[in-house]
Amino acid sequence: MPGLLADYTLQNVMLGAALIGVISGVLGAFAVLRRQSLLGDALAHAALPGVCIGFMMAGAREMGSIMGGALFTGVAAALLMVALTRNTRLKMDAALAAMLSLGFALGVVLLTWIQRRGGASQAGLDSFLFGQAAATTRADLYPMMILAGIALLGVALLWKPLKLMTFDPDFAAVTGLPVQWLERLLTAMIALAVVTGLQMVGVVLMTAMIIAPGAAARQWCGSLLGMVVLSAVLGALAGVGGGLVSALAPGLSTGPVVVLLATLIALLSLLLAPRRGLIPAWWRRRHRRSHTSTDRILQTLYELAREHGDWRYRVEQGAVDAYHGMITEPQLSTLADRGLVVPAQHMPDEGRHWQLTETGVAHAAEYAQRRRRRFGNGA
Amino acid sequence: MTGLADPTVAILLTGMLVGVSASLLGSFLVLRGNSMLADAISHSILFGIALAWLLTGQTSGPVQIAGAALSGVLAVYLIETLTRTRRLRDDAAIGLVFPALFSAGVILINVFARDVHLDEHTVLLGEIGFVWLDTVTLGGIEVPRAMLAMAVMLVLDAAFVLAFYKALKLATFDPDLARALGLAPGLIFYVHLSLLSGTAVAAFDAVGVVLFITFVVVPPATAYLLTRRLSSMIVLAMILAAASAPLGYAVAFWLDVSIGGAMALATGPFLLLAYGWRRWRAWQQARAAGGLQSPSASA
Amino acid sequence: MDHELGQPHEPDLALHVEDLTVSYGDRPALWDIDLNIPPGVLAGVIGPNGAGKSTLLKAILGLVPLSAGHVRLFGHTYAEQRRRVGYVPQRSSVDWDFPTTAVDVVTMGLYGRMGWFRWPGRRERDRALRALEEVGMDALADRQISELSGGQQQRVFIARALVQQPDLLLLDEPMAGVDATTERSIIDILGRLRREGRTIIVVHHDLQTVQRYFDWLIFLNVRVIAAGPIDSVYTARNLRRTYGGQVALLDEGRQRNGGPEDAGPAG
Repeated sequence: MPGLLADYTLQNVMLGAALIGVISGVLGAFAVLRRQSLLGDALAHAALPGVCIGFMMAGAREMGSIMGGALFTGVAAALLMVALTRNTRLKMDAALAAMLSLGFALGVVLLTWIQRRGGASQAGLDSFLFGQAAATTRADLYPMMILAGIALLGVALLWKPLKLMTFDPDFAAVTGLPVQWLERLLTAMIALAVVTGLQMVGVVLMTAMIIAPGAAARQWCGSLLGMVVLSAVLGALAGVGGGLVSALAPGLSTGPVVVLLATLIALLSLLLAPRRGLIPAWWRRRHRRSHTSTDRILQTLYELAREHGDWRYRVEQGAVDAYHGMITEPQLSTLADRGLVVPAQHMPDEGRHWQLTETGVAHAAEYAQRRRRRFGNGA
Repeated sequence: MTGLADPTVAILLTGMLVGVSASLLGSFLVLRGNSMLADAISHSILFGIALAWLLTGQTSGPVQIAGAALSGVLAVYLIETLTRTRRLRDDAAIGLVFPALFSAGVILINVFARDVHLDEHTVLLGEIGFVWLDTVTLGGIEVPRAMLAMAVMLVLDAAFVLAFYKALKLATFDPDLARALGLAPGLIFYVHLSLLSGTAVAAFDAVGVVLFITFVVVPPATAYLLTRRLSSMIVLAMILAAASAPLGYAVAFWLDVSIGGAMALATGPFLLLAYGWRRWRAWQQARAAGGLQSPSASA
Repeated sequence: MDHELGQPHEPDLALHVEDLTVSYGDRPALWDIDLNIPPGVLAGVIGPNGAGKSTLLKAILGLVPLSAGHVRLFGHTYAEQRRRVGYVPQRSSVDWDFPTTAVDVVTMGLYGRMGWFRWPGRRERDRALRALEEVGMDALADRQISELSGGQQQRVFIARALVQQPDLLLLDEPMAGVDATTERSIIDILGRLRREGRTIIVVHHDLQTVQRYFDWLIFLNVRVIAAGPIDSVYTARNLRRTYGGQVALLDEGRQRNGGPEDAGPAG
């Protein structure tokens, strides 16, 4: 392994992948929170013609001009999108999809134009579709670093206004922030992040690098700062891991491996994060269920019967469930075993009902009295 | 070589069939505000195409198309499931699901299908220039396989839209009322997206999965800017899509570039023209209103 | 089981809701609702934001799943009575840029009874035009709907419900964002319908006009606070209980400290 890590190409790959992960993680956090996740998708696809234009201008596979071109067409597509939605009745989703697909079509046309003229080589330009980590050279890394540096600096300088705009754009506008300009800046910075990743992840899949780390971090963190930092870390993790795997297994394109890793991280976060995660939430519900005493459920039935002025009142189980925010079937079955309630039916289009027995009423009344004595009779 | 298997005829007809069927279904997608589902579906079917190829060794044929289309429906289902957990907004759910399915498809192809005609670039970009090479004989006539598949899908799509036009229209405009009237908008939605997936699978041979989105979204969006009735919007979208195929072919022939890409790109000028016309009209109206208003103030 | 399916239950009531509970996630949006509305009244549903007013209409129409309880319209389930019920959703619930005309939107009200496959023809168009005439919109029948004002759009929505000739009409905030003229004409139309013996239930937000508009009132805040003829239920106490602070779902022996009770707006 140490020999492997000392490998020059591998060093480049890992450095680049970490860079992409950090930058797309940071900006992705904003995109996810602002419900603009798919903006990155459109920007990435629309960057393809820019890659070709940059190549044609430089006459070679020169990363600086390729990235410049990608940035240019990406931002141009974003501006067109804004124009389409602001000046016509076209909605954002249609504008996004239109610019994404037309940008990509233009890219494909330019790509074949270059290829069929055999410009020196095929230039490996189609590696920009899915990304090719192994081809990354040290020289490729410098423009990536510059772009990432600009974007990170932008986020740091504009932290406060960006935060305000993310959580409450209306309020931000009221306080006199130039919200429109901030939005354009943020879009441009997302485009920077997308362009940084084109070489290794590719235009088709760069969207996942914007979304997955942000969506994952959102599950763990309540604060914006925590979320942005964690998103950057998770993005770097996915980038480095995917870069390594694809560098070691040369048949695999880098982009898909990185994306699957990032998606895995997002799914694990959805399932496991302590506060928002699905499994902890399920566990808490279960826990609450086992700690919600049968007496409390019986009490709910009793109070409902009292409110309806009928001790024989049949309560539908769905109502008890809704009241306690959980499935109360186990408790009700226990109560039935103890002879305090009996199952019943009411209307044909309704679920199972439960009815207090005489012992049940007596038991519930006694419990209510006990509680009242304990807690006092309220205000 | 004559008739339908003639290269030019095959390429043009296949392109037109892709455009017409995509924009027919796409009109409802654009109106429902779900355009990005086209993106999700057309990327996700790569997973199904790769699986179907692994299992049967074929990418065309009714079983393969139906099977691969299931992965498009799976994507929609996964997106809805993720959104329902209320941990993610729907845009993030879309952006999480389709890249993952697409990546899984690319890796399957990387690992198992390295030297066959199914490589990820073909799937992405299509090979409409070669559709005339792969033909089947139907009643004594040689028909390109991709064209036949597209024709069948167009018939299915058109039959669905014609038969359920009312329900589709109401489910798109006002799903709550559609449900209240008993018109099952949820079911209609899934059938619509299943057909879109199937059409995308049939089209991937010709234009590839990403360029398919262009035909689904751009002609309907253009027609949306120009028409006042749903029926005229759909018809205009289909006409624009059909016109883009020969236009794109001519450009591709002239400049020697990707035919599929040029056909998709040819839908773009129509959108720009429609946009320009709208802006001009807004400007005219502002001037007629007699104000000193700039067009942007009135649009 | 007390009742067989298909057998009428409370057929003398236009609307009978019993034990209705609807929950979104962990919280009930409507809790243990009992509601009986006789035919031929013009009823208002009032309550603060988040009280479940729209949810109540949607529950009646079967648009949201019920956790508990049942709904009967003239003694039958909604599925059996679809054709007798008209629904006017909130105007903002649809995209008014949709490429269609006013008369076409009204025709949509007939889609249910036309079955799946029949296309609307001259008969349907004539009926839609008559409904537009009823709301004073026949001159604008072929206008594209995005070119209509907010009030005109609302009237198109009402015409779409009228074309169904409903015996029970449910409207969700029909007066929201419309001009005074439209509001007056809407209330005239509703009054006329009531005089024809139809039952109308309106979600309403403006307490100033409640007494003038309705003859029956439902105070809703997750639970039904009070419901009945307006003269007997429109009291400062009911307003306070509906709008002032939280509502306890159940009195479980452990009473809350009384929150600061806002003085209800005087009618």
